[in-house]
Parts: sequence; structure tokens; C-alpha cells
Amino acid sequence: MNKNLPKWVDLGLIPLLTLFLAFAVSGLVVMSIGQNPIEVVRVMIQGAFNPFGIGHTLYFTTNFIFTGLAVAVAFHARLFNIGGEGQAGIAGVGVTLIMLSVDWPHWTVALVAGTVAAMAFGAAWAAIPAYLQAKRGSHIVITTIMFNLIATAVVGYLLVGPLQAEGSLPESPKFPDGAALPTLHDILGVVGIEFDRFAPVNISFFLALIAALLVWILIWKTRLGYEMRAFGHSERAAVYAGISPMKITMVAMLISGALSGMMAVNTVQGEAERLVLGAVEGAGFIGIAVALMGRSHPVGVLLAAFLFGILTQGGAELQFTLGIPAQMITVIQALIIMFTGSLENMVRIPLEKIFLNTGKRGQA
Amino acid sequence: MSEVTENAGRLDAVAPAIELIGISKAFGPVQANKDISMTVAKGAIHGIVGENGAGKSTLMSILYGFYKADKGSVKIDGAPTVISDSHDAIAAGIGMVHQHFMLVENFTVLENVILGAEDGATLGSSRRRARKELKELADEYELDVNPDAVIEDISVGFQQRVEILKALYRQAEILILDEPTGVLTPDEADHLFRILRNLKEQGKTIVIITHKLREIMDVTDSVSVMRRGEMTKTIATATTSPEDLAEAMVGRRVLLEVDKKPAVVGETVMEVRDLSVTDIHGVKKLKHVSLELKRGEILGIAGVAGNGQSELLEVISGIGAATSGEVLMHGESIDVSKHANAQLRRHRGISHVPEDRHQRGLVMPFMTWENTAFGYHNEPEYSGKFGLANQKYMLEDARGKMERFDIRPVIPTLVAHHFSGGNQQKIVLAREIERNPDVLLIGQPTRGVDIGAIEFIHQQIVNLRDAGKAILLVSVELDEIQALSDRILVMFDGVIQGERMPEDTNEGELGLLMAGVDPEAQS
Repeated sequence: MNKNLPKWVDLGLIPLLTLFLAFAVSGLVVMSIGQNPIEVVRVMIQGAFNPFGIGHTLYFTTNFIFTGLAVAVAFHARLFNIGGEGQAGIAGVGVTLIMLSVDWPHWTVALVAGTVAAMAFGAAWAAIPAYLQAKRGSHIVITTIMFNLIATAVVGYLLVGPLQAEGSLPESPKFPDGAALPTLHDILGVVGIEFDRFAPVNISFFLALIAALLVWILIWKTRLGYEMRAFGHSERAAVYAGISPMKITMVAMLISGALSGMMAVNTVQGEAERLVLGAVEGAGFIGIAVALMGRSHPVGVLLAAFLFGILTQGGAELQFTLGIPAQMITVIQALIIMFTGSLENMVRIPLEKIFLNTGKRGQA
Repeated sequence: MSEVTENAGRLDAVAPAIELIGISKAFGPVQANKDISMTVAKGAIHGIVGENGAGKSTLMSILYGFYKADKGSVKIDGAPTVISDSHDAIAAGIGMVHQHFMLVENFTVLENVILGAEDGATLGSSRRRARKELKELADEYELDVNPDAVIEDISVGFQQRVEILKALYRQAEILILDEPTGVLTPDEADHLFRILRNLKEQGKTIVIITHKLREIMDVTDSVSVMRRGEMTKTIATATTSPEDLAEAMVGRRVLLEVDKKPAVVGETVMEVRDLSVTDIHGVKKLKHVSLELKRGEILGIAGVAGNGQSELLEVISGIGAATSGEVLMHGESIDVSKHANAQLRRHRGISHVPEDRHQRGLVMPFMTWENTAFGYHNEPEYSGKFGLANQKYMLEDARGKMERFDIRPVIPTLVAHHFSGGNQQKIVLAREIERNPDVLLIGQPTRGVDIGAIEFIHQQIVNLRDAGKAILLVSVELDEIQALSDRILVMFDGVIQGERMPEDTNEGELGLLMAGVDPEAQS
């Protein structure tokens, strides 16, 4: 019966209300450590949107768009890709390998090469769990989690071994200058707009927006997306229609892995310009929350990614200004994930009662 | 209503076994039951008929305590009774046999019977008591079952008897049966009716929900007709006819017979040779089945569900794989291995209306325009450039199909969920029939479909036959097989048990074949 809810309730009111509840509970938590919630919100907003902060907010948003889209695409084929973290990590290795292999003449070439490498490595890391799921029925949730752990270990080993730069730090050599991507400061500078020159946000942000558009086209406009959605709703129906479960599982996971991987363009190539330990910083997991909250729709993913971008940057500001521990912001994020992901019915069921009873006249 | 008259009534004559007074129940905007009052006399067999969604099951679920009525009250044996869960129902002497049995598959009959009614710290005493009572019940009502048989090893007919025994063991005086004959052979159904008549003679009251009008005529004393949540008619069975009941169900005159001309049978289109299927558990589902399907005929496959018909359809349609054997289309072999591609089948002119439209035939959350191209979505007319779908055409196409097949409301963007069973089935039919296939495979074409739509669907199938196409019809409804088929094959346990021409056979003979008996060999 939940299909009867008006669209604006389903896509607008429910996420807003769950978010409100999450913030209300977060407010209580903030109060419990003796802070004023209003002040906390003010600091967070200010920290996320001030001229310095916005550049970081958008940088984090870019990561979350990629990982959120990755989870969303797989969701449509009813595959729960928990492996964004590992896929992005391995994609970082791919980007590093290609960036260090050539003395890049121009950033455009480097961007294309970096993107291709990130997608290929991310997809490849997703391919193994996908194959195990499609062929052997090994549950993708379990295998992708395992692959996150393996990826962490692999990256860790490479950074203290084959890929380690001179010195004692576990990081790769810096990429050649030609590989450096234009930052938002550079891009806006062309049209004469001032932007913080130290902000990490770079051209990958636009890559993320394009990816969102392409995912929208893929899911809603192409025959492949149609087949993925059919498979996601009913495997039996898909088989009846001649859609191969094996093919859809593989393709959906490859696309998902490639999207997760693209995050490495932002972090590794765009920001650090080298591979460092823990480059993914949990963005793979936040992607799950982003996709849940964005209801697996690219527009929803963009909005949710922005919200988590604000929380991440605002949270850093909280720590800096008010001395609130970083764990606090993790608590708030966890509350949002909990409310939007698993407690949604708490809001949905009462709303259904309201809307389905008052909507009597219109129904056949 | 005053208390005085109620009490007075109880003292006078025998109070009715069941009295429902002004029952109403809404699910969101859907009014499933509207102010329903019904009385069932003690010791009567009462039928409730109505189309899908008419509210029959809701009403009985209220009586059994699954749902709480918004309004209204219930009296059992004249006493006002509040039934808020199945415990109350059992305490009030009501037993229910569900359409889908509620049995623990790997328990024995005895264990199932005592489940939930066991007493004492160990099962020993319950077991002994149940064994004794079971034997008494078996003798009394022709309800023989081996108490130590495991449920999954016995036939559905026997499983149903276990359900009845469960109710009787709990001292049920009122027995509700929901679509009890859906899974039975005609012979098993007859046995069930004998049991019900025995129960009635012992003073039990029986309510039977069904959509099969003939059963109502055969077995009930009185019948209530439900339509769109309302009870439109309650009448003594002896004074009505199937035609009248159908009219009361649908609200208009209905053609119960299929109107068709003699078949003009042409050359063989499809040939199935020695086809066998073994499932993943190593069970042989299909054993060396061979058949020929000719132009301009409807070949009906009768049989109780689960005797290999589904596997036959799945292999021919490219969903399932055969273990051995082959299928020829126009003399050419088609792929029956696990690499078979259902889209290729469609491309070769084999369309398929699957038995299960909810899980196979439709993607329920898809909009109609997405469903009307389902399976054909890679055909050129539905395809755009660069892997895109031609959505503009798909929408137009859906609208046309909805108009031609009278699928209401004509809103191509409406999701499949929102349509009635009949309209959902018409979406599938429109998609498959309008491809103008050489062969149409069709499973359970009218399962869960309203009587009004059945007429239309049958007519579409006959029209396709008259256009010279070959139709392979699988149905567990023997009436439907007899009404539509030009030739009948009966399947039992994965084998074709016999072939009959509809004009030379009767229900009794087909029923025996369906039960695995060869009447010719017997006589």
C-alpha cells in the first residue's frame, strides 16, 4: 500500500521529517555534553559555508556523490554493494600507478587517464565479488565487506613496500606536475570569480555532477537500466523476460565499482597528488547512507551527498572552534543513517495513515 | 438491538451457528466489507461466492480473528462473541482450513495436529490422546490419514484432511474452508464433499468460500454472493442456478460457455520430443514427454498443479532447461539447454503468458508502458539509439494495447499493482497476443481473474486460434480445459497420462487420468 503515497510525501516530506528527528536526537546528545545545540548548529553551518569551508564541503560532497551513486546503481539491481570503501581504495592504487608512469603533458590528458584508471581498478575490485555472487551465490554483502578488508591490507602493504616514496612516511611519491587537476579556484578564476585558493575542491566535482546525470540516464532511459530495475524488482520476472541474472549482476557491480573508484580522481589525483594511507576516509560507507537517504535517485544522491558534505566539514569546524570531539559528528552521522535507513517506517507508517485516509475521495 | 429479544431468541428455537451483524472493514481507502450481515443456520453448509477482491476472505478473516472489524458484531450460537485472535476463534468453536495450508512440512500428521494444543511438560500424553482421537475421527468422518506420515510425503488431498483434523481435534463446531478444491483432483474434491456432508450430519456447520459455482450447486444448502465488499444476495441453493449466481457476482449477465467454432487444424508448428527435466534436488519433473502442436488448435494440458506442466512451459519458453529431449519449431531444433534465451524464443514467434503473473509475467512496481514491452524491450520498435529505450513509442504502444484490451483505467503510467487481477492479466495477454506469435504458451490464463474478464480472455485465446495460431494451454481448472481445448492431454507425475478429444470424454474420465489412473486399462 505504500505505493499510494503522493510523490512529494514519499520523496520530500519523509526524508525531511526523518532528518528532523535525527537532528532533534542529536540535539539531545549535544546537550548531554553541556553544549548549546543552537550554537553547535550555527558553528557547523558557518563552518561549512564560510569562504574557506565551502571548498572543503564541496570536496567531501564530491566523494559522497561518487560513492552514493555507486551504491544507488547497485541497489536498482537489488545488489547491496558495501564494498565502496575497498573499490575506491584500489582505484587509488590504479590512479597512482598510471600517474607515476608517464610525465603528463597536460591535465586534460591526465584527467582522462586518471578517470579511466580509477574506473577500471574500482570495477575490477567489484568484479570478483560480483562473479562470486552471480556464479556461486556467495552473498555480495559478505564478500564486499571482506574485500574492503583485503583492499585496506593491499594498499597498506603497497605504501610501505613497492609504492613507498623515499623517506619513512607510508605514502607514494608525488605525481608529476602535469597530472595536477585544476581546482575550483583555477576554474572560477577563468571567469573572474574569487575562490579560496587552498580549497581542495577540484574539477572532479563537475565530473561527479556529470556522473549523476549519466546514472540518471542509465537507470531511467536505457534498456540496460530497465533490465537492471526489472531484475531488482523480480529475478523470476527477469528470467521470464530473457534477462540474464548473471549479466545484470556483473554489469551493475562493474558500474557500481567504477563509480566508487572515481572518488580516487578527487582524493588521490585532485587533492593529495599522491597515494596516502586511508585516502578513502570512510566515504565508501557514507555512500550507503547517501544512497539510502537519496532513495537511490541521482537527484536525491546529490542532495544527500551535499548534506553529508556539510556535516563532515561542519563537524571538523566544531572540533576546531568548540572543542567538541570528532566522534560527536560521527554520532550525528550515525543517527542520520539510523533514522533515514532503518527507522524510516516510524515516520512512513503514520504518514500513510494520514494520507491514505484523507485521500479517500480520489481513490478508485 | 435490545438484549431482551436476543436472549429470548436463544431460548426459543435453535440459534443460528453464525450471525454477522453489520460488519464493515476498510483498508485505507478500500472498503473491503460494507455493512455485511449474514446468518448461517446450525448444521448447514453455506457457500460464499464472489470475484477476487469482493471481500470474501476479509469477512472470514474477521470471523477467525485475523482482522478486527471497524464496525459490527458477531454472534456464535446466539451469544455475542468478541473474536480478536485465532485463540478466541478456536475457543468459540471455529476452525479454519486456509487456501494455503498451515502445516509444518517436516512434522508428522500427529505432530501437526497437536501443534499449539499440546499439554504437559512432555509430548507423550498429548501424542497418545491425539492418536486415539484421530482414530475416532477417522472412523467417524472418512478422514483416514496415517498419523505417522510426514506432511511433505503425503498428497495435498491428504494434507487438507490433516487441516480438517486439526480443526476437529480442537473441538471445532464451525468449519471455514477457503477455496478448498483449488489444489484437488475432481476425485479428491468429491471425497472432500463426502467428508463435508458427513460433518454436516454430525451437526457441524460449514462455510465454504469458493469461486467455482458448480461446487456451490453441488454441496451447499444456502449461498451468499459478495460483490465489491457488499453482500448482494443470500439464497437457498436449491432455488438458484449458476447463471443467476454469476450475474449476482458480476452485476451483469455472463456467458459461462465459450463461444467457438470448430477448429481448422493445420500443419504441425511445434514438436516436443522425449523431453525430460530433472530438478536440482534430482527429482524427475518431466519424464519423456512428446507432443505435437498444430496450427489453428488449442491443445489443453489438464492436470493437478505440480505434475510437470509448469516445467513443460518453462522449457519451451526458454526459462528452464531440459535434461534431455528436444523441441522443434517449424522443424528446426531450438535450444533447450540452460543457455536458452527467452528473448530469442519470442523473436522466433513463441510467446508466453506465464502461470504466475505477479512474479513472472509482470514487474509489479513497473508502470504499464514498461510492462507492455517487457521481454520484447530489445526488439527494434522499442529500441532507441545508444542503448536507449524508445519511451515515446512504448507509451503510445501501451495506450493502444490498453484500449484494445479494455484495460482500465487507460493510464499507461499507472503501476501494475494498482490494477485488478483481471486487468493485470490483460496487460500480459495484450503484450503476448499482439505480437501475433506462431505459438502461444499460456498457463492458468484466468487464475485469480474476475468472471467478467474470464469471458474476454477466453475470447481472445479463441480468436488467436481462429487466426491460425497454435496455442498450448495449461490450466488446473478442468472446466476451462474442457471449454477451450480442441484436444486434451492429461499430465500426471511428469508423464502424459492420456490424450482425449473434448467431445469424447467427460470430467470423470479426465479426473481419473489426472489421478494417474488409466480408465481404459482398468476396464
